[in-house]
Amino acid sequence: MIRRLLSVLHARNLEFVRDRGTLVFTLLLPVTLVIGMGFVFGGPQRPLFKVGVLAGQEDRQAHPFLRERYVAFITLADDGAALRKVTHQQVDLLLDLRAPERYWVNTDSPKGYIVEKLLLAAEPAAVREPVTGAAVRYVDWLFPGILGMNMMFSCLFGVGYVVLRYRKSGFLKRLHATPLTAFEFLSAQVLSRLGLILLVTAILYAGIGAVIGFHNAGNLLLLALVGVVGALSMIALGLTIAARFSSEELVGGLLNVLTWPMMLLSGIWFSLEGSPPWVQWVAHVFPLTHVLDAARAVMLDGAGLPQIAPNLLYLAATALAFLAFGAWSFRWRIE
Amino acid sequence: MSTPILEVRELVKEYPGTLAVAGVSFSVPEGVCFGLLGPNGAGKTTTIEIMEGILPPTAGEVCYRGEPLGNRFRQEAGILFQKTALQDFLTVRQCIALFRGLYTTGLEVDEVMRLCALQKLAGRDARKLSGGQQQRLLLAIALVNDPAVLFLDEPTTGLDPQARRNFWELVQSIKARRKTIILTTHYMEEAELLCDEIVIMDRGRLIAQGPPRRLLHEHFAEVLLELPRQEFPPAARALPLSIIDASDRVEISTHDLEATLRTLLEAKVPLTNLRIRPANLEDLFLELTGTELRP
Repeated sequence: MIRRLLSVLHARNLEFVRDRGTLVFTLLLPVTLVIGMGFVFGGPQRPLFKVGVLAGQEDRQAHPFLRERYVAFITLADDGAALRKVTHQQVDLLLDLRAPERYWVNTDSPKGYIVEKLLLAAEPAAVREPVTGAAVRYVDWLFPGILGMNMMFSCLFGVGYVVLRYRKSGFLKRLHATPLTAFEFLSAQVLSRLGLILLVTAILYAGIGAVIGFHNAGNLLLLALVGVVGALSMIALGLTIAARFSSEELVGGLLNVLTWPMMLLSGIWFSLEGSPPWVQWVAHVFPLTHVLDAARAVMLDGAGLPQIAPNLLYLAATALAFLAFGAWSFRWRIE
Repeated sequence: MSTPILEVRELVKEYPGTLAVAGVSFSVPEGVCFGLLGPNGAGKTTTIEIMEGILPPTAGEVCYRGEPLGNRFRQEAGILFQKTALQDFLTVRQCIALFRGLYTTGLEVDEVMRLCALQKLAGRDARKLSGGQQQRLLLAIALVNDPAVLFLDEPTTGLDPQARRNFWELVQSIKARRKTIILTTHYMEEAELLCDEIVIMDRGRLIAQGPPRRLLHEHFAEVLLELPRQEFPPAARALPLSIIDASDRVEISTHDLEATLRTLLEAKVPLTNLRIRPANLEDLFLELTGTELRP
């Protein structure tokens, strides 16, 4: 089995590396996007205050501060994570409405300074808990999103169209006449793409990270683990789409149907905090959301394995489910 | 005759609205070159693909050495499809090595390349081969596992005469190694040259089976007389002769050449453009399947 798998894996790697157009496109797209996004979003941010409110508190609307205009109030479930957001200036102030009423404000944050004035005007007795910490720049926050997006496109389109091309050309039919099983074939495709994606992502991480002066707050191996499990899940998803169909239009359409919601809802460009709960629920169906949540937690907050374990488990479970379904529904030839 | 290596039993393949194979049974003796012939749409490709184990039958079964097709068959069968694309960006050697890696036993890559005269092309991009070279590569791939049974589905279609003859020589060298070969072809000359036994299919059914010489003997007399159609008077059709209509000519099958010639002369049929030749497999094929164009 290993011999057969390695044989297909080796041939697939050769095919990819020699397809220069695809290789250049895979490397160039994310770099272009980072530069473009830097121009578009590099200016001053909108004058919007963001205040975190710890969850599980009754009758929040009765509080006068929560009726302030031009302030977005975000419910935060986890105390530790909420505090990290204040430290990184991802929220301008954190509020705990339970008596005695307390708030955390980053003394290094100009917006925190102003929003604190608004709070104290509404509730002068609130207890101050000062914290310090530098702001996370938008480009730092965007960086994992760019890596994740590149990974998503490479996983879904790279694998999906390759399998489709093999089927249409009759190459799969020829392989079917050998002892190779569908699971072996699909596993070789997954591993080949996984190796390439990890290599490309590592190059992008090092290159773009050096250019923008990014500092990873977490463990690099843990980040690599997020990359591996996330890529596995999305490659398997791409294989599931391509497992059966023979129409390029259909497969292309299905892949677009998957990628566009992920582009918009998985948090590549902006945070979903403050969006309706159903939107957040839908977003967390997508593997990319879990990849980005886990990657940002590691890269920006220095999160450890326990914090991102739910994301990793979700990604591993979906990878297995997609691969099993793909192998089950796989068609070697055009029906 | 040796033990059958493949047995096809009551094979049926139905597609929506079409009965492609309608209850076909035959057996293939070990070590022979077995031809599966028939016009387009006769069901031969469907039959051979079921025999290759890549298409499930609607009913019936195919047995390899007495057992239903399974892992052993996949290990011991070599297949050259009518059309096969290979992976892009691989050289000839890498294509062969890829398939060699899928089998536990077989020939060395270099040996396969030598058998198929591909040594000089080892480093060439497989996409840049000529038609004949491409077929030799596909044959090499079919041989990597040193198969006991080799399927060749229209292997010389589209090749020029030189490449076709070169391919026939390769097949004959494989035959000499006592391999069983299942061949489908539209070229009767090819079947006549290579096949020890043939079946002819039409409209999903078997219409003839046996060694080519025996089938010819059963269906034809010793010789065929050919006359241009426009020189054959309509009144002569009433003569007591075995007359076959071909596209632009009339053929008369006979075992008594002298008596037939006398009959034609007495009927004042012009014999200036008469051709006399022995019957061949193409005559048999047309005799059994007709000459009209199929839709």
